Amino acid sequence: MRTTLTINGATHDVDADPRTTLLDALRNHLGLTGTKKGCDHGQCGACTVIADGRRINSCLTLACMMDGVEITTIEGLGEPGDLLPLQDAFVRHDGYQCGYCTPGQICSATAMLDEVAQGWPSVVTDDLTGDASLTDAEIAERMSGNLCRCAAYPNIVDAIKDAADRTADQREAAE
Amino acid sequence: MTIHTRMDDADRRNRLDDMAQGVLSTAMDRPDGPLKVSGRAPYAHEVQPEGMLHGVFVRAPRIGRVVSLDDAAARAMDGVETVVTDDRLLRNPAQGTANEAPVQGPREVFYVGQPIALVVARTFETARAAALSVGVEIADAERAPVAPQDYDSPDKKQSSQGDLDAAMRDAAVTVDRMYTTPAHSSAPMEPHAAIAEWDGDRLTLRGSLQMLKFNRNELADSLGIDPKNLRILSPYVGGGFGSKLGVAPEAVAAAIAAQETGRPVGVALSRQQVFEATMRRSETRQRVRLAADAEGRLTGIGHDAWVSNLPDESYSEPVTQATPFTYRGENRVIGHHVARVSRTCAGSVRAPGEAVGITVFEIAMDELAHAAGIDPVELRRRNIPDRDPTKDIPFSSNMLAQALDAGAAAFGWDDSRPAPGSRREGEWMIGQGMASAVRVNNLAEAKARVTLNPDGTALVETDMTDIGTGSYAILTQIAAEMLGLPPERVEVRLGDTDLPPGSGSGGSVGASSSGSAVFLACQGVRERLAEAMGVAETDLTLKDGQAIADNRSTPLGDVIDGPVEALGHIEPGKTSKAVRQATWGAYFAEVAVNSVTGETRVRRMHGTFAAGRILNAKTARSQCLGGMTFGIGMALTEELMHDARDGHVVNRDLAEYHIPVNADVPQITVELLMEERDPWTNPMQAKGIGELGICGAAAAIVNAIHQATGVRVRDLPATLDKVMAGLED
Ligand code: FES
Ligand code: FES
Repeated sequence: MRTTLTINGATHDVDADPRTTLLDALRNHLGLTGTKKGCDHGQCGACTVIADGRRINSCLTLACMMDGVEITTIEGLGEPGDLLPLQDAFVRHDGYQCGYCTPGQICSATAMLDEVAQGWPSVVTDDLTGDASLTDAEIAERMSGNLCRCAAYPNIVDAIKDAADRTADQREAAE
Repeated sequence: MTIHTRMDDADRRNRLDDMAQGVLSTAMDRPDGPLKVSGRAPYAHEVQPEGMLHGVFVRAPRIGRVVSLDDAAARAMDGVETVVTDDRLLRNPAQGTANEAPVQGPREVFYVGQPIALVVARTFETARAAALSVGVEIADAERAPVAPQDYDSPDKKQSSQGDLDAAMRDAAVTVDRMYTTPAHSSAPMEPHAAIAEWDGDRLTLRGSLQMLKFNRNELADSLGIDPKNLRILSPYVGGGFGSKLGVAPEAVAAAIAAQETGRPVGVALSRQQVFEATMRRSETRQRVRLAADAEGRLTGIGHDAWVSNLPDESYSEPVTQATPFTYRGENRVIGHHVARVSRTCAGSVRAPGEAVGITVFEIAMDELAHAAGIDPVELRRRNIPDRDPTKDIPFSSNMLAQALDAGAAAFGWDDSRPAPGSRREGEWMIGQGMASAVRVNNLAEAKARVTLNPDGTALVETDMTDIGTGSYAILTQIAAEMLGLPPERVEVRLGDTDLPPGSGSGGSVGASSSGSAVFLACQGVRERLAEAMGVAETDLTLKDGQAIADNRSTPLGDVIDGPVEALGHIEPGKTSKAVRQATWGAYFAEVAVNSVTGETRVRRMHGTFAAGRILNAKTARSQCLGGMTFGIGMALTEELMHDARDGHVVNRDLAEYHIPVNADVPQITVELLMEERDPWTNPMQAKGIGELGICGAAAAIVNAIHQATGVRVRDLPATLDKVMAGLED
């Protein structure tokens, strides 16, 4: 079955079994192995990618359903020598150990910061209509769909906070 | 040139402290970081050769003997290439450092979920559907029971000194309790995977493995090939925690399938298969007896452990490993009892032994503190022995007192012993708890090659692995420090059996053992440089690519005109028996327990640890964070459940086996006692730290629950139902 996938701005024609998940299409057909498989059942978040701006578990989505959707994977976020602030913060704060959950964490955090910027509340947000602030508890809650057995959680929280602060500072400086 | 050292004597030279580069022990970022955060680090299933086939295991639905395997439907599917039922398929993974094949043969089924065939197809989707279509008929056969019944008590695992019964009788305060811990799963985020490719009679296997020099022999033995014809690549491992110590079913099956089909074959376990067909930590039952005088000084200790494993597995969870030496007490009984069961193989899960042994023991110590009316920190302080009380040998170093004091101060430990249940915030009950951390320290044989180039770059090579532990970072730092190079001038190549055999990652030996091999190799390079400059090695200073001696500073390129290479070789020796070596620490936790639901939230957690010279303050801290978080899971949620009828793992996925998520873990703080140097361990005076953080961590939480509520949970994990039941009493 033929599908056209738009990944990190490039289009790919994929001819794959209709049962192929987006995750397996990335890993087995397109050689984009930055997106990881940890459970294949939507339970770990290792396969998180960004689809039209929202974070999704790519193992829970069939590739053939993603025609016309703009997909961003970890490969589209920055590369060694040219890392994004969030990726750089993960390195400085040791927001990983084995690194296997890390692309998922970073894709997830990227979209999560966007959700916060848009004022989406979470279960730990005190004021559902006001602005959500990026407290440790907010970050931990919003990142709890991404398991890390190495348990870099405290460092992941620090890295996300650091990157968010820097981006805010840059924005202020630009204004 | 080879520099070989056997640790027969203490090494008090502290050579690393003489070095000038100033990168060792710092919180240097991992050199592998940029690759990992950008998704460019290739794990086992990610370098897929052209034309690779996909293999998916057929699982045994029950125990017994396979009578027939109906694969007609599978073979009829378009794209299915073969169904492998070879006799060489593994029953279960090899145990760590086994160095030979584990039990083989797919016809005798010893546990539900055992892989009994591999379906190989052109796509993963076809292979999966075809594997599910295979009909399996299994007949009854004589098997061990599915739950532990009869226990053996092997002679050499029992010990006793003095008269514990008398000590219990004469004691002012005693504790005599039974505790249980359930089976655990390592649950690394990367499921076990392998890609096998043959070139004539040479096999290359990309695997997710922790100890390559052993894995090579295990895989070769399993396949019946010469290890020389086998190369294993494992440059990045997505977590192991013991579950990837030995070669496992996927590697052997991939190799056989690749041979049969003449094409490369990749096999990645499903998450369910990771739970049921790799390794579990045995459940334990533990009886702890403590006898103490009125001041809480221990006079007697009893620690019996009941564990289980499959038939024909020599491994059994060494629960009481640290009991002989952690605390004083002249009367001591240690018992070890093993039942044979038809369950997933029991093997190493992070800190086999102490992870559950110290945890239970530290709960018992908390019970003693309460019974004696003594602050739990003070109780431990009073019971630190001067020498190993069992073997009557000195400690290489004992940092427990320092860790307790520093940890209590950093955490803000309340030593006023508030009555359990006395602190409330609305419906939440608040309490603090603490526990000691102890883990035996070992050294393993390791080799590494270091090459220094005239352009001031260096290459470090060993088959050592980095499973998230930070091997790339610390080996870079050791070489950079010894050779006086900025770390970015050092390249570290790991995870390839063509390179000199390191220690592998397991039992917390990796950093100190492989690190010592790199240290020694650098020593060799330094000697060559010193020779070239006509000075003694100890008079040579290397810094920023300059060789400095006799008030001369010379660029390396002027000292050597070609690459200088040396091999370092470390071996354990007499110091492993002459002194008791261990790592030490202390945990402190504050929990809030909901009086309505019984839910426990860990609000604060702190650990102070001592592990000799710390090689990288950042990665060492992360290892401790990881261990303590395993402790949170062990205390509150993690429990592998086996069906009472057929022994199968009921909760074999991440939605039902609950490892801690981000919101379960507070901003844990870690303090490393950076000053310690342990001369008996190795030439770097460093010790392992990868497992220390889990050895007792759960006890701090369980003890805090008691302080918060008065409920003493003795059957881990302390789930809501158990806390609620206690609250109702
Ligand atoms: S692999 Fe998709 S959530 Fe785990
Ligand atoms: S870094 Fe290993 S699982 Fe997160």
